[in-house]
Amino acid sequence: MAVLTDARKEVPSEAAGNRTGRLVTRAVLLVTLVALALLTVFPFYWMLVLSTHARDTIFSAPPPLWLGDDLQRNYQALMDVLPFWRNIWNSVYIAVISTLTTVFFCSLAGFGFAMYDFRGRNFLFGFVLVSLMLPQLLNIIPYYLIIDFLGWLNTPRAIWFPGMANAFGIFLMRQYTASAIPKELLDSARIDGASEFRIYWSIVLPLVRPGVATLALLTFINQWNDFMGPLVILRNRDTYTIPLALRSLQGIANTDWGAVMLGTALAVLPLVIIFFFTSRQVIEGLVRGSVKG
Amino acid sequence: MAVGSRTEVRSGARQRERAHGWHRFQRRFAPYLFISPFFILFAIFGIFPTLFSIYLSFQRWNPIQGLSAMEFVGWENYVWLFGDPWFWKAAWNTVWLALVSGVPQHLLAIPLAFAVTTALARFRHPLTAAYFMPYITSTVAVALVFQTIYGTQFGVLNQAINALADWAPLAWLFSGIREFLPVDWLGRAMYIKPAVAILVIWKYFGFNVVLYTAGLSTIPREYYEAAEVDGASVWQRFWHITLPLLRPMIFFAVTLTIIGNLQLFDEPFVLTNISGNRTGGPGEAGLTLAMYLYRTGFEWVDMGTAAAMSWVLFIVIGAATFIHYRLLGRRGLERREG
Repeated sequence: MAVLTDARKEVPSEAAGNRTGRLVTRAVLLVTLVALALLTVFPFYWMLVLSTHARDTIFSAPPPLWLGDDLQRNYQALMDVLPFWRNIWNSVYIAVISTLTTVFFCSLAGFGFAMYDFRGRNFLFGFVLVSLMLPQLLNIIPYYLIIDFLGWLNTPRAIWFPGMANAFGIFLMRQYTASAIPKELLDSARIDGASEFRIYWSIVLPLVRPGVATLALLTFINQWNDFMGPLVILRNRDTYTIPLALRSLQGIANTDWGAVMLGTALAVLPLVIIFFFTSRQVIEGLVRGSVKG
Repeated sequence: MAVGSRTEVRSGARQRERAHGWHRFQRRFAPYLFISPFFILFAIFGIFPTLFSIYLSFQRWNPIQGLSAMEFVGWENYVWLFGDPWFWKAAWNTVWLALVSGVPQHLLAIPLAFAVTTALARFRHPLTAAYFMPYITSTVAVALVFQTIYGTQFGVLNQAINALADWAPLAWLFSGIREFLPVDWLGRAMYIKPAVAILVIWKYFGFNVVLYTAGLSTIPREYYEAAEVDGASVWQRFWHITLPLLRPMIFFAVTLTIIGNLQLFDEPFVLTNISGNRTGGPGEAGLTLAMYLYRTGFEWVDMGTAAAMSWVLFIVIGAATFIHYRLLGRRGLERREG
């Protein structure tokens, strides 16, 4: 920030000099910020580079800075140590089911809180907000015990079922619905004899589609990356989601880093691609969910 | 004709009334039905577990032996914890990491957000998106990448440090610390916490940039324009306009950091796991309370102690949040209302 200190208010007599001064400080600032951005994405680049190199070039000085030609070999090695595509499928399955159910139940509840006056509404919504603050860790032991009691250990539903109507999603959808839909619209639909669920399904849901898309993206990303829940529930190689599968590679002696990096690259790539096309929506959604009102 | 039409009218009215009754009924109960999934799930997977874990924290229990093996032990689990050296070590590591990986995130994010909303507004989106990218990726995946980056002999970080140290114009800077090179980031106790902290800062500072950018865009442009007319420098504008008005957002973002960092698990768990080490690396230097909790509950299968630990952690988080509220939140929130 200090570099900006000189950029004072322009006084007409020294306007020209000041303008170049400003331009220089802006250029310096831009270079700094771009450098930081490159530093931030460097680990992803590094991951891609290593995923195309074999062990002996990974462990060399100077390090390889450009793609190598061992991609094929690393892919074989990865397939040898992991049921990789099975793990990817588990992750996709859990993330998709979780996203669909979350979007449905949260938009429904968000609609309920945003568009109706009913007894206890404020209390119940306050309850939803307070529950947001409970740390996940507090519940991890009894969560595991309940799943065990239900006989759901090693099943995907243990992961997506408990969170499908979650406080964050309800909060997000309530805010969105309240700002996007005029109440009069619902009244005119009622006069036409539509049931409340029908109003939700054919009037509200299409109108809150942008909010739904944001919630879907956030849910998918969170579920894809979730580690602690699956770690205590999914205990066998064939039920592992992708983060668990990657972690299991750490136990192997003489870790084949080329193969591990290829695995992480394949696990990270779908999200990076999704993010590339939807970054505005993801970022704005998070902001909307965190900046109240 | 006349009679017929009268009955027709009457039955039509009754039908309408009946339809109206059903309509009113479903209208009245619809909202409760719509919000009920959350409350049902929360009762099963939220309230019940919470209450049960209070109960559990006063028991000695290995779940493999069934519910009947539960044995009431009073405060024993808590007493044991407070006499356990590993617990204190984990608590110290957790607080250290929460501070060292938490504070820089905000010191970095606030100026960055200020820069991308003012001087560099044109580049706001691409820059924020780049900073934000680590946040959306799997912690396990990036921790594995960082494990290679931190490699002692051939890790790219150490090779970069070596190159800088050998570069003549900078050699003087490294003359005092040469003997410490190459840094054994994940192999020596003293470097583990900084290594974890770097990963945490890298992963989450972009999230804070996003929050602060949102907070800054709510500050009316006229404030800055008025200050500029009065001849305030950029630094003065930042210090006297931006910071005070950003206070509610700082409060919010720091609260999220506190809650998240005190539960730190994924990053140290994966990063310090080298050839099967599950206790946070040499000297347990990277063992956080969350990791210790996991180990106690799921590897030593001592559910009672683990439950007690989760409550201690919950109280620590609550206390930290409360202190933070007293220090920063109250004044910040008052200002907003005033």
